[in-house]
Amino acid sequence: MNQREKEQYLREYMALKAAGKPFFPYAVAKDSLMAVVVMAAIITMSLVLGAELGPKADPTTTTYTPRPEWYFFFLFELLKVIKPAELVPLATIGVPTICMILLFLLPFYDRSPERRPERRPIATAAGIFTICAMGFLTYKGAEAGPPTQIDMPTPAAVTAQGPAFVAQYNKGKQVVAQSGCEACHKFGQNGNDGPGPPLTQIAKNLPKQAIARTLVNPTAPMPSFGALQQNDPAKFNAMVTFLSQLK
Amino acid sequence: MPKLKLPAPPLPPGFPKPAPKRPGTPKQKPLEVAAEAGISVVDWVDERTSLSGGARWMMFRKVPKGTNWFYTLGSATMFAFLSQAVTGVFLAIYYRPDASGGAYESMRHVNDDVFLGEFVHGMHKWGSSVMVILIFLHMARTFFFGAYKYPRELNWIIGVVLLILTMAMAFTGYLLPFDQRSYWATIVGVNINGTGPLVGPYLSDFLRAGPEFGATTLSRFYAIHMMLIPGIIGALIGAHLYLVAKLGTTAPPWQKLPASAIDAEERA
Repeated sequence: MNQREKEQYLREYMALKAAGKPFFPYAVAKDSLMAVVVMAAIITMSLVLGAELGPKADPTTTTYTPRPEWYFFFLFELLKVIKPAELVPLATIGVPTICMILLFLLPFYDRSPERRPERRPIATAAGIFTICAMGFLTYKGAEAGPPTQIDMPTPAAVTAQGPAFVAQYNKGKQVVAQSGCEACHKFGQNGNDGPGPPLTQIAKNLPKQAIARTLVNPTAPMPSFGALQQNDPAKFNAMVTFLSQLK
Repeated sequence: MPKLKLPAPPLPPGFPKPAPKRPGTPKQKPLEVAAEAGISVVDWVDERTSLSGGARWMMFRKVPKGTNWFYTLGSATMFAFLSQAVTGVFLAIYYRPDASGGAYESMRHVNDDVFLGEFVHGMHKWGSSVMVILIFLHMARTFFFGAYKYPRELNWIIGVVLLILTMAMAFTGYLLPFDQRSYWATIVGVNINGTGPLVGPYLSDFLRAGPEFGATTLSRFYAIHMMLIPGIIGALIGAHLYLVAKLGTTAPPWQKLPASAIDAEERA
């Protein structure tokens, strides 16, 4: 906007303002009615949905669902859309940071004097696209709960090693299924494909020791299973056994 | 006799104007003095602060023609924040930021034993969702109406900071009940922060109060959620409102100029 456009805007705005009504009581009445609606919505949600506590936090547990509150689903889903490991920092902080900088600087790169949405096609389209993208990602995040089942046939190599090993394998499968791994990893037909790599054939790339090391010292954002290794080594070892048979 | 002349409220057309007092009226009776006690107190404060000018400037400024219901979203967001502040104070009365079980037990106590405890807890919990929705709707209105343009650029920037702080409140508050859901969600959230470029690892170390999620992490989240961010949000809402009152709320972009103004424009 140049000086002339600025002055013209201020002139037109003064005329519109002079033709308007006082803030009190006209706008105050609308705002108060809206406040009553907001209060009623909050009270209704509190009465209907309640505020139940889940089980107490337990760092050594294996049954948890690492899911954020719904309004962070779109960030969580962004992790799944961007797959390659070297691009993960871009997805987690890069894209949100760029969006934030774009938001901050909006009045500085959009300097046209036009205010009507239908005469600002780029801005309006970008805004609608952002809303649709965030709505879509939030919906995807709400839909994709972490499943707690792994339907994989026991491989012949496992059965061949005797019933004790099969029991260990099945226990490990159960621990993995309950540990929320499927929130980010794919096992055969189960689990979400991302942000973590699919684990269907993980043992082809990683030996048993490397799998155990990764569980204790994972790449962010995966939580560490070090506490489980210390407090319940049997469960931890079963987990490693199961994962090391995925070929 | 109060010295203050309170601004006369704008009366609807056709409403009879109150008759001014005749000069030389006799001395006030005690009952009349008592009836004007409220005005006398306001007068006393105003004589020492001169606040009435500011209040008049704020309340009796004009809002442009065509202002519609979309323009209530900002004040609705502020109202949701006030609701969060009040319910938050009641929760803080009972809450103990003790990671070894005290935090969870204190919230259990609020839910099970305290009168209306679960109701207030629920209002705080769901109020956060309502506030996040309202602040996004308010931003969408500002964006599509082009209300961030000259001369309101600075108010847009303050608004973006308020949006980020609101999301930070939602993130830090989520840990406080210290149940399984909040604990693991926060671990993943802090780890996501850690993957960020440059400052990422430092940011997650700061949030965790060290490389590991420990006992001080909870009190850190508690202090950020209870003291640091609410103070900044309160101050920034003040600045936001001041600029709104000073620059005026925008008219809807489709609003036609009144005929008299168009004539003046052409003459100029």
